[in-house]
Amino acid sequence: MPEMPQVVRGFGVTFNTIFKKVVTEQYPEDSTKYPPKPRFHGRHQLNRWADGLEKCIGCELCAWACPADAIFVEGAENSETERFSPGERYGRVYQINYVRCIFCGLCIEACPTRALTMTNEFELADNNRADLIYEKKDLLAPMLPGMLAPPHPMVPGTTDTDYYAGKITGAVPEQLIEQELLDEEVSEVTS
Amino acid sequence: MTITNEPGAQVAVPTDLVNVTIDGVEMQVPKGTLVIRAAELIGIEIPRFCDHPLLDPVAACRACLIEVDGMPKPQPACAQMVAEGMNVHTQHSSQVAAEAQAGVMEFLLVNHPLDCPVCDKGGECPLQNQAMSVGRPETRFTEEKRTFPKPINVSAQILLDRERCVSCARCTRFAEQIAGDPMIELLERGAQQQVGTADDEPFDSYFSGNTIQICPVGALTSADYRFRSRPFDLVSVPTTCEHCASGCSLRTDYRRGVVTRRLAWDDPEVNEEWNCDKGRFAFRYQSHGRINAPLVRENGELRVASWPEALATAAGIFEAARGNAGVLVGGRSTVEDAYAYSVMARAVLATDDIDFRVRAMSDEEAGFLAAVVAGSPVTTTYGSLENAPLVLLVDIEPEDESPIVFLRLRKAARGGTRVVTVASHLTTGSEKMNAELVACAPGDEVRALTELSADIRTALAVPGAVIMVGERAAAVPGAFTAVADLAKSTGAALVWVPRRAGERSALDAGALAGLLPGGRPLTDATAREEVARIWGISADRLPQPGRSGRALLENAARGDYAALLIGGVEVDDLRDADLLRAALESETSVVAISTHHNEVTAAADVVFPSGVVTEKSGTFLDWEGRPRPFGQVFHEALTTSDAGVISAIAEVMDATVEGSVTGIRGQIGALGPWRGARTTRTAVAAQPAAAGVRLATWRQLLDLGLMQSDEPHLAATARPTVARMSAATAAANGITEIATLTGPAGAISLPVEITEMVPDVVWVPMNSEGSRIYRDLGLGFGDVVQISAGGRP
Repeated sequence: MPEMPQVVRGFGVTFNTIFKKVVTEQYPEDSTKYPPKPRFHGRHQLNRWADGLEKCIGCELCAWACPADAIFVEGAENSETERFSPGERYGRVYQINYVRCIFCGLCIEACPTRALTMTNEFELADNNRADLIYEKKDLLAPMLPGMLAPPHPMVPGTTDTDYYAGKITGAVPEQLIEQELLDEEVSEVTS
Repeated sequence: MTITNEPGAQVAVPTDLVNVTIDGVEMQVPKGTLVIRAAELIGIEIPRFCDHPLLDPVAACRACLIEVDGMPKPQPACAQMVAEGMNVHTQHSSQVAAEAQAGVMEFLLVNHPLDCPVCDKGGECPLQNQAMSVGRPETRFTEEKRTFPKPINVSAQILLDRERCVSCARCTRFAEQIAGDPMIELLERGAQQQVGTADDEPFDSYFSGNTIQICPVGALTSADYRFRSRPFDLVSVPTTCEHCASGCSLRTDYRRGVVTRRLAWDDPEVNEEWNCDKGRFAFRYQSHGRINAPLVRENGELRVASWPEALATAAGIFEAARGNAGVLVGGRSTVEDAYAYSVMARAVLATDDIDFRVRAMSDEEAGFLAAVVAGSPVTTTYGSLENAPLVLLVDIEPEDESPIVFLRLRKAARGGTRVVTVASHLTTGSEKMNAELVACAPGDEVRALTELSADIRTALAVPGAVIMVGERAAAVPGAFTAVADLAKSTGAALVWVPRRAGERSALDAGALAGLLPGGRPLTDATAREEVARIWGISADRLPQPGRSGRALLENAARGDYAALLIGGVEVDDLRDADLLRAALESETSVVAISTHHNEVTAAADVVFPSGVVTEKSGTFLDWEGRPRPFGQVFHEALTTSDAGVISAIAEVMDATVEGSVTGIRGQIGALGPWRGARTTRTAVAAQPAAAGVRLATWRQLLDLGLMQSDEPHLAATARPTVARMSAATAAANGITEIATLTGPAGAISLPVEITEMVPDVVWVPMNSEGSRIYRDLGLGFGDVVQISAGGRP
């Protein structure tokens, strides 16, 4: 049998492919059909306890671990009237610079309270540097049902250890009431 | 161990050496050396928490256990002295020692909380380091840890977290042995052992901040630095404290352009490893209320101006004032800045009317400083205080006015030095130095010094004896004369201890009428020739001696100067504040160079911003005369030094004044020390003491000083404002609880504390809340004051 011309053989590959399943993913049109893998390193998230208090204690270990120096944290002290996290300390300023971040995940490994985790969100492009510095408000996890926006007191009768032990299941009405009482006290003192 | 070589001091060569073997290394060390120190000498590090070279051994933490041949159990290396033939095995060569240390480490961590992420010590913590390097990877302790409520305040500034404490007793030993303020102590026993204070007595020591620095765990932290940063955020710069003439070495830590904290740095010849709370915690003034841009007065209002415009305006003012200008430098300048003022006055403004003193002052004092202090070499040092047989304090309260001098005197007193203070009463500071009192009402110093007991006179004649005189003596006519005469007749060394960091600096830079840099008399032809050559002018262009002190201020108050150049001067700090106020209100043009807005800048025609210590480099001279150079912390600062401003003004005037720190240091170096004749002081006779109740007063360490502003935690540890008088004085005036003091400017009422002191004297703090003597009373040290019972404090 005479040899087929090289050109025809070459088109044979093309012809066969017509009957195969398409591998091209239509991004962004079909992006929901092709989610990243569950352990994909995407944008960070600052988690909350079940009652809404922040898990971040402002310890800066994430910033220390960061090989790209992309994280800036400033801690501050929780007070009786303004509590953002259980325990003594919370992260007052929290910034991640996504121009610098290399999504290596060392920060979330370093986090002692599991406050910092990574989501699957990867669409972080922008056209200027300033908007790529994500502030605490951009990184905080959304409020879920049963949560109360801080600042508010811890669940009455509990300590920070109870939070770390996972004993808190949600906000209780007293936290709201206590907060309102505190607000009243403060306004009385200041007035 | 640090070996200090004092110039001229005899270095003791140890003769009784003992042979000791550590980890197989044979060595000879002086008898009495601790094993831990001997091991350091050959580079063997034994773990330790409680051990501190400047504190007595206590062997409280047991972290340093080592094996010694012939001893049944492991021994603490920090308390074990070497003995002849001793064979020591550290953790490196002995399984017993290594296991003992590991066991102690495990015990220390049993109740230590897992606070490292939120602890201010985390990242620079000896316990953390030790646990990371030799601690067990997994804990065997699964029970509940002992807990305490945390943190508690041992003072407004110092916070105590008892869970973290390893009971090393460094803080309590520091408080008792070094500061002499044993207000904290170890209480309870066993797991409940904790540091504590008496119920109603907080740890309000002037030196409390040092306990934070030496705490080997995060048990003691400051309210000021709480959660402000982590060690790895900080950039550290070695600096010098700008608060007083003690000249402490400091470490300034900053983060993103803001100073977050200051620590005492190790300088064995000066501050050892300590500093005072003012030097440690008072630095927020550096960033608050600053002048950021040059200001020029237009239509009666100050407005922001460009540098060229402000420089041209100032140059115009000074052009018209050549030969008729006055210069006030202020007591906070560096040597370099004061030198620039000095050159500006003499070489450009052709005037010798210059002074750095912003406090009570006298011509007698100026003469004394020129003749005895200015440009004198460093002969009497902190080290000489320690070795002195007797130190006589005249008109100085070291704990308040030069705290590191106080610490060294206390150390000296513990070592056998006799401290004698000429004062109205024995303060708590004097008691801590075990001082003897030569009772003397303010103003009677001359009589007290001439009538000194033969016993003290004899002791003063012993080589090494020191007389320290404070700046308050300027308020007493004849005091400096009497002190200088006493030093001359007994042969004792005489030192002047000013309060502010820049006073000795300015004096040696020649910022005082009649004085050229290095203590050169302005009247001396050789001195004029030397200085003129360096300054690049002819000697005959240097002015003739001019006015200083009150004469300068009086001339200014009359409006006789065409222009005044004023550095960092707070009007209320002057005993004669009214004279300067009159000058500011007069037609005289005023050019101010200042870091902060104040009464002078408000009245000035041109205001230039100047850098605080973090924004420039420079040198302070401490009371010894020892140069204390410091580097620039913030290189990106937009302000320049006073010298930089002066140099720029001179340039517009077609004159040359060196403005760079290196250039000025070069000029001072080229001038060298003055070897010619010094000015001679003129003796001033004492004045008979006026009848009535006299005022004793000085500035407390923590008071309303401007450089302590915006420090609420520090201010809360200040001593309460009280009036002190003897029981007899109180009774004679019918005073029980509250006394009202009345002077020409007004009256103040203060709670009374009956104190054993000279009769007919009342002591009040000079610049504390409710007691600002110059402003509120119009009186100063030694003045007669009216006292009466009652009033509302």
